[in-house]
Amino acid sequence: MSIAWTRRRLAFGRFWASFRTHKAGVAGLIVLVVAVLLALVAPLFIDAGVTNVVSGTGAKLAPPSLHDPLGTDESGRSILLMIWWGSRTSLLIGFLAALLSMVIGTVLGIAAGHFRGWISAIVMRITDWFLVLPSLVTALVLAAILGGSTLTIIAAIGVTSWPSTARLIRAQTLAVEARPYIERSQALGGGHWHITTRHVLPNVAPLLLASTTLEVASAIVTESTLAFLGVSANKTSWGTMLRGSYDWGAATSGAWWYILVPGLCIVTVVMAFTLCGRALETVLNPRLRRAV
Amino acid sequence: MSLLEVDNLSVTYRIASGDVLAVRGVSLSLEAGEALGIVGESGSGKSTLAMAMLRLLPKDARTEGRILLGGEDVLAMKWGRLRAVRWAEASIVFQGAQHGLNPVQRIGDQIAEPLLVHKLATPEKARARVVELLEQVGLPAWRARSYPHEVSGGQRQRVMIAMALACEPQLIIADEPTTALDLMVQAQVLALIKDLIASRGISLLMISHDLSVLADTCDRLAVMYAGRVVEAGPSSGTFRHPYSQALAAAFPTVGDPTSRLAPQGLGGDPPDPQRLPSGCVFHPRCPVALDTCSTVDIDLRPAGDRRTAACVLVLEESC
Amino acid sequence: MLAATDLRVEFASRGRPAARAVDGVNLAVGAGEIVALVGESGCGKTTLARTLLGLERPTAGTVSYDGTPLSYRARALKAYRREVQLVLQDPMGSLNPRQTVYEAVAEGPRIHGLPDEEKVVAEALSRAGLRPPERFFLRYPHELSGGQRQRVVIAGALALDPKVLIADEPVASLDASVRGEILALLLRLRDDLGLSALVVTHDLGLAWNIADRVAVMYLGRIVESGPTEEILRAPQHPYTQALLSVLPESPERIVLTGEPPDPTRIPTGCRFHPRCQVVAAGNVIAPTCQTTLLPVLPAIPEPQSACHLTI
Repeated sequence: MSIAWTRRRLAFGRFWASFRTHKAGVAGLIVLVVAVLLALVAPLFIDAGVTNVVSGTGAKLAPPSLHDPLGTDESGRSILLMIWWGSRTSLLIGFLAALLSMVIGTVLGIAAGHFRGWISAIVMRITDWFLVLPSLVTALVLAAILGGSTLTIIAAIGVTSWPSTARLIRAQTLAVEARPYIERSQALGGGHWHITTRHVLPNVAPLLLASTTLEVASAIVTESTLAFLGVSANKTSWGTMLRGSYDWGAATSGAWWYILVPGLCIVTVVMAFTLCGRALETVLNPRLRRAV
Repeated sequence: MSLLEVDNLSVTYRIASGDVLAVRGVSLSLEAGEALGIVGESGSGKSTLAMAMLRLLPKDARTEGRILLGGEDVLAMKWGRLRAVRWAEASIVFQGAQHGLNPVQRIGDQIAEPLLVHKLATPEKARARVVELLEQVGLPAWRARSYPHEVSGGQRQRVMIAMALACEPQLIIADEPTTALDLMVQAQVLALIKDLIASRGISLLMISHDLSVLADTCDRLAVMYAGRVVEAGPSSGTFRHPYSQALAAAFPTVGDPTSRLAPQGLGGDPPDPQRLPSGCVFHPRCPVALDTCSTVDIDLRPAGDRRTAACVLVLEESC
Repeated sequence: MLAATDLRVEFASRGRPAARAVDGVNLAVGAGEIVALVGESGCGKTTLARTLLGLERPTAGTVSYDGTPLSYRARALKAYRREVQLVLQDPMGSLNPRQTVYEAVAEGPRIHGLPDEEKVVAEALSRAGLRPPERFFLRYPHELSGGQRQRVVIAGALALDPKVLIADEPVASLDASVRGEILALLLRLRDDLGLSALVVTHDLGLAWNIADRVAVMYLGRIVESGPTEEILRAPQHPYTQALLSVLPESPERIVLTGEPPDPTRIPTGCRFHPRCQVVAAGNVIAPTCQTTLLPVLPAIPEPQSACHLTI
């Protein structure tokens, strides 16, 4: 209805005015938007063929030239095109893994904060257990067992990275539920579903947004690490490219472009997500502190 | 000479959206051994006024006017002198006693702190003084070894009073000293405060939103509205300003048939200090406002019986 | 209409005896009646109010509405919410800072799926004295004054068209000049809509202002109850006498020593005897007060007090 829309537009206006004052956050956001747009439009210009070993047209491990601006790899494939195409896998895994981790973390965090007693105790024990588990090793093992596909990698990262989100959301849920308006809502007849979705979730959402943005960055790093350690989706991603450069001794043979380009891409995108997430945190958190 | 003399004091907060006039030209005086109550609603500037007395306001506040404490201008004091004046000559008892005490320090050490800071006593003497002070506020000596969370709210407020008394100040400024307390505990604390001023000749400046608490404890009252004193006079007489009358009616006398099933209040809300109404600031809520009230601002004027009130009707009656 | 019979609420905590917050209470609120439940903090008055609302389950005894005992099944409780509504002390905290006035008032009707939401909200707001209601729809709680916020909370309760309002210190956090207006609103709602109210307060002046009947609570029990005029003008129980005596205008003070005692350790005999001024003055045979239990007062409108001196 129109009232809700007016309100949302106003709220977004205030948020944007505040976000704009964070220069680093805006820079990060621009980089992200460009990266995501490029990944989305990639199929209009190239296809998976650029990653095909036999389709390499250039010389092997050729340095940057006019024909291949970022050089080629061991099969003569263009690094530029591979990076472009690989960004789709890297970003997809980053986003979906973060989403998965966020959903698990939010559901369990709100459940642990909203329902007191044994439900909370069980959920928190599970969370603690996952928290002390070395997540990279677990993800490696999980991915190895489940076999390498994009979905498995996403699941492996998502399933191992949710505990910190759950802790954060639980703490915030407890803070929100201590407010008198929760009691008022109960007295109005609101059930568990009503209270968690209408009052708790909107109040934890800003925090969640900030933490998810940071989560995407760490998921991209984890994906690269997994790929580098040999567990990958069998699709070209920035991580698998790094792995390739290592396998073909790019460092010793002086093919710096093979290492540097995917490495820099990872650093840039992760940086952008982190800057964005930090800016979101500072913009949204004071408001939380003031409002809650 | 009065112990405390406030002359045309104004405090303005500078915030992003403009200037907030929290206190607008307040003049007060307090004799030695006298108790003055300042009553007002939230946003009336009463707490700002109390903080301004000892220059405890945040940096974004601009203070103008004069505050003479024992003939010395507080606003012109050097930092070192100001520190000596705080506690030793005038001390503050804040509202919300739980935040005024350090939770990880024993009560006795906190009471002794101002004595040691101002080098008024050796550690041994300070210990003896703490026991004495605790007795004066009606707490057993062994409480000195307790932590703040181990005592009740009323007892914490007693500890705050003991702290304020430690350096034997001439003036105590109490900001809502009994607000968070229960009726019975409030009565206990008020009895204690009254007893202390009577027996030791200390002056009291007490600030509250509750007129009945002040009327009971103080000799004189000043009523603040939107940063100004709108009425001042003895606490025993009847109020002349319509705002003070409304405040008095808000707390009914139990047993008074006129207030039975007839709660009285004022329409409207206290004004926004950034957008004060023209003329008399009270006129939009005033039940007896005249046409001229929206344009003419009235200063405090004599209203008989050592009383002053800032209302145009008062003038007409006394003429 | 709304009644508590032999109500007991205990809070168990590990390693300590259970706190008997409400320890045997009979209380009834009639149709169109305003009852004030008076007591100091920690006497169990808020717990009693929450139990009457069904937010807390009694350890023993029943809450009944219109003669039917309250069922704690989700559906029955939800239906009960349309009859009995709550107004809390702190209007800032009772409103979600992220919701507009409209959403806050519409919350009840949405939960219960009432038709004509906008009309219901507008009507509730204007009944609560926020006129014209449309002007307040898009406001946020922080843009309103304390009195307006409390009116929004009251409007939120009215939107469900309840028969009983339970108000927990409805004016304690409001400015003095606004207080009378909110109390007058409660009286007007009673006159216009026949709304009953249970007002929980520590303020005897408030009881005098609006209540038909007063119940004084001490340490989990009602120690004196009856019509406001009689109880506040001629209190029988020493505790009520002491409470009234500390009001500023009273001629002689009876300041009780000590703090309200602990609900985990309720004294034997008359629960008030350790602080009772009459016992302290030695005017009564102390052993009776110290050892003989007092009966729980019944829920009758006539004046009565739980004291060995009056029985």
